[in-house]
Amino acid sequence: MKMSDDEIFRLEVARWLRAHLRGEFECLRHRGGPGDEDAHPELRKRWERELARGGWTCVGWPREHGGRGLSIAQQVIFHEEYARAGGPGRMGHIGEGLIGPTLIAYGTEAQKRRFLPGIVAGTEFWCQGYSEPNAGSDLANVQTRARRDPATGEWVLHGQKVWTSLAHESQWIFVVARSDPESKGNRGLSFLLVPLDQPGIAIRPIKQLTGTAEFNEVFFDGARTAAENIVGQPGEGWAIAMALLGFERGVSTLGQQMHFAHELDLVCEMARVNGAASDPAIRARIAQAWIGLKVMRYNALRMLAGAQDGHLRREAMMYKYYWSNWHRELGKLAMDVLGPDGDVVSDDPTRTRLQQLFLFTRADTIYAGTNEIQLNIIAERALGMPKEPRFEKGKS
Amino acid sequence: MNFALSDDQKLIRDSAENFLADASSSAAVRRAMENDTGYDPALWQRIGAELGWCGTHIPEAHGGLGLSFVELTLLMEQMGRRLVCTPFFSSICLAATALMEAAREDARRRLLPRLASGEMTATLALADSGVDWRPDALTASARRLGSRYVLEGRFRHVPDGASAELLLIPALLERRWALFAVDGKAKDLVRKPLKTLDPTRRIAEVRLDGVGLPEDALLGEGPEVGEGLNRTADFAAIALAAEQLGGAQQCLDLTLAYTAQRVQFGQPVASFQAVKHRCAEMMVMIEAARSVVYGAARVASAGPGTTELSLEAACAKSLASDAFFFCAQEAIQLHGGVGFTWEYDPQLYFKRAQGTSHWFGSTPALHERVASPLLGPAR
Repeated sequence: MKMSDDEIFRLEVARWLRAHLRGEFECLRHRGGPGDEDAHPELRKRWERELARGGWTCVGWPREHGGRGLSIAQQVIFHEEYARAGGPGRMGHIGEGLIGPTLIAYGTEAQKRRFLPGIVAGTEFWCQGYSEPNAGSDLANVQTRARRDPATGEWVLHGQKVWTSLAHESQWIFVVARSDPESKGNRGLSFLLVPLDQPGIAIRPIKQLTGTAEFNEVFFDGARTAAENIVGQPGEGWAIAMALLGFERGVSTLGQQMHFAHELDLVCEMARVNGAASDPAIRARIAQAWIGLKVMRYNALRMLAGAQDGHLRREAMMYKYYWSNWHRELGKLAMDVLGPDGDVVSDDPTRTRLQQLFLFTRADTIYAGTNEIQLNIIAERALGMPKEPRFEKGKS
Repeated sequence: MNFALSDDQKLIRDSAENFLADASSSAAVRRAMENDTGYDPALWQRIGAELGWCGTHIPEAHGGLGLSFVELTLLMEQMGRRLVCTPFFSSICLAATALMEAAREDARRRLLPRLASGEMTATLALADSGVDWRPDALTASARRLGSRYVLEGRFRHVPDGASAELLLIPALLERRWALFAVDGKAKDLVRKPLKTLDPTRRIAEVRLDGVGLPEDALLGEGPEVGEGLNRTADFAAIALAAEQLGGAQQCLDLTLAYTAQRVQFGQPVASFQAVKHRCAEMMVMIEAARSVVYGAARVASAGPGTTELSLEAACAKSLASDAFFFCAQEAIQLHGGVGFTWEYDPQLYFKRAQGTSHWFGSTPALHERVASPLLGPAR
């Protein structure tokens, strides 16, 4: 039987990964995912450059911007094979998945020339400066200020960002800042690209309940960036920031699912080994987890089929809520399978992995829109229910 | 696997939606459920003869339209939304599928065209003694008597078993699987209509007290009949899941409409976060079930292997059952006092949700079906 182009492509990806994810990179298999993002950062950066040499970064970008120009079907194949091979969490994912596509859509020609090649080559890394201490769920309540220096035209920033993952490993941050001091809410914001290595910026890691520190606080005290490092016009920051979030729901969700499937395999294996598999309640929960994986897979295929008509549909709007709650429940299930051993720290890698899963997945239902915000979005945008009454300060 | 619907499929779905909004309104359902048979013969006539729905997944060679299982589930979803009272599920999803999967070609040629045109109704009797309605547990037996057969057995819950003109009966014949066709009027066939909590679907107890059958009543025999009936149960479970999905969706739609116009504390109750989050959770469960039901329908239409089909059915049916019950329960709660009345519709969906939750496998039984290949058999 003759193989289809997609089948040939799948073999090509798998073969390349087998040949390259070895030697010094062998120890990166299945590492660096959510909850494990601080694993081997330098080696994972080298891995990014290895991928780049093979032409496996930015595979969905158009060729004219240095991408591989893959069809959606082939992007899905790439992400599936990458996850199947245990490819490590991508250090470059914020550049490749978020700021890159944003610049391709809204950046100037000069910005594309300056920034895209470093993302494709795996030499420049990015982080995201959205959340602030008082702008969490109420993201539009940004207080970080940006003003123009009349002498140089540069942007000068004061304020603080928080929950910035990989800030300490990145060269650049994209920041939503208030450029019109009189403005409130989502007006008067600008979207700025700021170099991290400068005296006006301090980065402080946040120790999480996991005991590790993937997230940071980033302080801006007179930090500067060149006049041309604004995406869109001053005041258009909110629109750009929201458009960027739209790029987050890409085909990479199918790769994420392979990662989840691997975690569920670990849980099943543990249950078979330690006898938890004979508990009917555990069996039912494992079955539900497996069914949930099928939901996510078919849901992602629906998203891809629906993506053709542009607007965000119900299957896309429920996706974050669904996967994050599924994943959090998997973490609890893993611990219940471990039983009393789950409380004991050991050097067994599977046990450590499952304990990290349990702890880190508490973040899944908080970052990128908490459960509560997700349900508001679903109710208001997908179901068209009326908005909550909002209370302004000073009014009763 | 491509999840995009073709233009023809969209047309089938949309025209069914429009037709049923009128033909199976709440008032129409309430009239039909008071009938002896539990359905409106005029509506059944239109579905069969005018719209041709009965032939959807039956091959053209056997008088059908030769469409796929995807089209069948699209119709079932719309029928579920409107609690359509007809023998469509028993006649088409169950009996026609059983003929296609488990009967010999001559039997298919003889019987399928009459089902496809809607001129005859039929049902399939499955033993429900096992935990998940697998036909494995045969409760009826047959013996040869010259060139004739004699059938003995009892089936406790047969969908539309009292009104169906033809009953398909699986039985053990000389220690082999066999499938028989029994005329509804056959002598020594005792059909006892059961009063059901869900008034929108009828069930009967069927007893065969030595029913004598002619030679051509034997539709198929051998292990392939057993395999075919197991597959039939899985196809039917997916079709039923689509129906449940439609019911769940309607519970949400009714709730959205009601909470938008019900004013308390000077505001529509739909603006309160406690209400919005419940509705959002209903949507999440519905869309999760929808993804898996649509996926299962695509697998089902692609000639799946038996194991694959049975896992797809387990996923689709368990999620759709749970989503339907949750949405029906929330619909009553979020309608407040009127949700508890006979007059408002949530009660009808609530009863349908509970009634269908055990058909073709309760959720715990289906979970075990999924768990066993992952973890080994239960001890």
